[in-house]
Amino acid sequence: MKEEALPEPDALSEQDTARAEGPGRRRLRLFLRNRLAKTGLGMLVVLVAFCFLGPLLHRTDQVHTALADAHLPPGSPGHPLGTDDVGFDLLGRLMSGGQTSLTIGLAAGLLATVIGTLWGAVAGYAGGWVDAVLMRIVDAGIAIPALFLLLVAGTMVTPSTGMLIVVIGCVSWLVPARLMRAESLALRSRSYVEAMRLSGGTGLRAIGKHIVPNAIGTVIVNATFQVADAVLLVAYVSFLGLGVPPPAADWGGMLSQGLSYTYDGYWWLVFPPGILIIATVCAFNFVGDGLRDAFDVRLKER
Amino acid sequence: MLKYLLSRVGQAVVVIFVVTLIVFFLLHQIPGGPARGALGLYATPEQIAAFNQAQGFDRSLPEQYGRFLLRLLQGDLGDSFTLNQSVGDLIAQRLPKTLVLTVLYVLVALAIAVPLGMWQAPRRGRVADYVTTGVTFVLYSTPAFFLAFVLIIVFSQTIPLFPAQAPQSDTLAGIFAEPGALVLPVATGAAATVAVFSRYMRSSVLDNLSEDYVRTARAKGASERQVLRQHVLRNSLTSVVAMLGYYIPRVFAGAIVIESMFNYPGMGLLFWNAAQTRDYPILLGVVLVIAIATVAGSLLADVVQALIDPRTRKARV
Repeated sequence: MKEEALPEPDALSEQDTARAEGPGRRRLRLFLRNRLAKTGLGMLVVLVAFCFLGPLLHRTDQVHTALADAHLPPGSPGHPLGTDDVGFDLLGRLMSGGQTSLTIGLAAGLLATVIGTLWGAVAGYAGGWVDAVLMRIVDAGIAIPALFLLLVAGTMVTPSTGMLIVVIGCVSWLVPARLMRAESLALRSRSYVEAMRLSGGTGLRAIGKHIVPNAIGTVIVNATFQVADAVLLVAYVSFLGLGVPPPAADWGGMLSQGLSYTYDGYWWLVFPPGILIIATVCAFNFVGDGLRDAFDVRLKER
Repeated sequence: MLKYLLSRVGQAVVVIFVVTLIVFFLLHQIPGGPARGALGLYATPEQIAAFNQAQGFDRSLPEQYGRFLLRLLQGDLGDSFTLNQSVGDLIAQRLPKTLVLTVLYVLVALAIAVPLGMWQAPRRGRVADYVTTGVTFVLYSTPAFFLAFVLIIVFSQTIPLFPAQAPQSDTLAGIFAEPGALVLPVATGAAATVAVFSRYMRSSVLDNLSEDYVRTARAKGASERQVLRQHVLRNSLTSVVAMLGYYIPRVFAGAIVIESMFNYPGMGLLFWNAAQTRDYPILLGVVLVIAIATVAGSLLADVVQALIDPRTRKARV
């Protein structure tokens, strides 16, 4: 029998240290022990700095087209990564596009988490027919492909950053709702929640003061994965032609626009935004994975 | 068991009913309405009124919904606005092709993901695990349309191994007559699926490795290989089976992107084109088929799981 299949050999000593330090420090230590999580965190810092601080160092005009300078290859003077089909500097466009992608991804992921957490907490806490009604709605929502909802939404609203946050947030809260309902169901019968209820506390107070705070690990870990999925979903939305309108840009839109030049050899329009999307989504997933270990959360869906 | 089965079937029926409600009312919120989509921008008000009357769109929403449900129960999904065919026929023509593509790519993905997850779990925290985890996350994070593009550039343009277009034949025999043309679409779909299921398998195996029955098996002298293959594999597979049912909408969302990238005339492309032309009966029909498949798939997965593993019958009510 091989030894390595057993749990980590340092499990015992870890318990000892865990007793000496608080839960916060312990989580931080567990998180930092995960190499991928550290890598992910580092990648996120670099990506955010690139998108939000980069434009201070590399000033470009991302509003006025310059058709004479269209399709310049990388390494052209003043345009280290070349220019796109209407003459926008690609490096600068990657920065401003990244701002859109990151903003929408973060905000939509958080919105989905908030809606899902409240929905699931109420369903699990209330139980009975309220739970049945709320969860059948979630089941139905999960059975409808999100792309369909996005297509329908795309015909109803004009795409803008704010609109995309709301739309993407509203189609992706279903999984957190399910996770939170399970947590809420388990926490509802804990003695401290029952004691609070017996002494006259309202359901709202139980959810706000006890259920959500006690499930915060699940909420945080899931929020990280939600943001990752939202960044990916922004790219798909742009691919479907429902992204932010020009002159604004986002990585997904740049990528799908670049794809239409597949056979013209303008590879620099395609690979940089594609790689940045992958790096961002990966980074959030790495961090989420590390957080899950640190909070010791089980997520059924992943 | 019977009680569990009945309550799950009851839930499934309710869910499908809620889906029809959501989709029906969503479609009627779209500005411009179906008449604009069907008749075009230059239709006169009279033509629109006549169209609305003929299609029953001038009646109240609840009445329209009732009529829609009644026809649905008779298996009638209505007629396409643009393709001059009934939606039922269109879906019947396209569905088998999408099934061929999706079943193929899910099977390929499972054949890779299950052994991969089993291989990774006992190596948790080692370099091999980190590298594999990194690679699967990259696959997960790659938008399918970008992956399709890279595959076409590399394996069709640079090294002309496979055609960049999926098989165009109408018959299943015709599709399988060009296996080379299926390689890139199947690979595109399988990539993200491998990522999801290998992660899932890995954590499922890890959970099972800390169970008491594993300790018993080890105590009885089973080798690590036997423990994994004979005990852990089965128990981990049940949760993968359960996950498959819920994965159906994503499989189909993948089909929309793959079919439009490789021009494969299945249900995804039908849906994609219907969205461009605002062909509501097709959109409604396709979404209903997907929703029913999802609900039936999850139901089947739950029942299979309950049959294999009696513990889940109580856990999930």
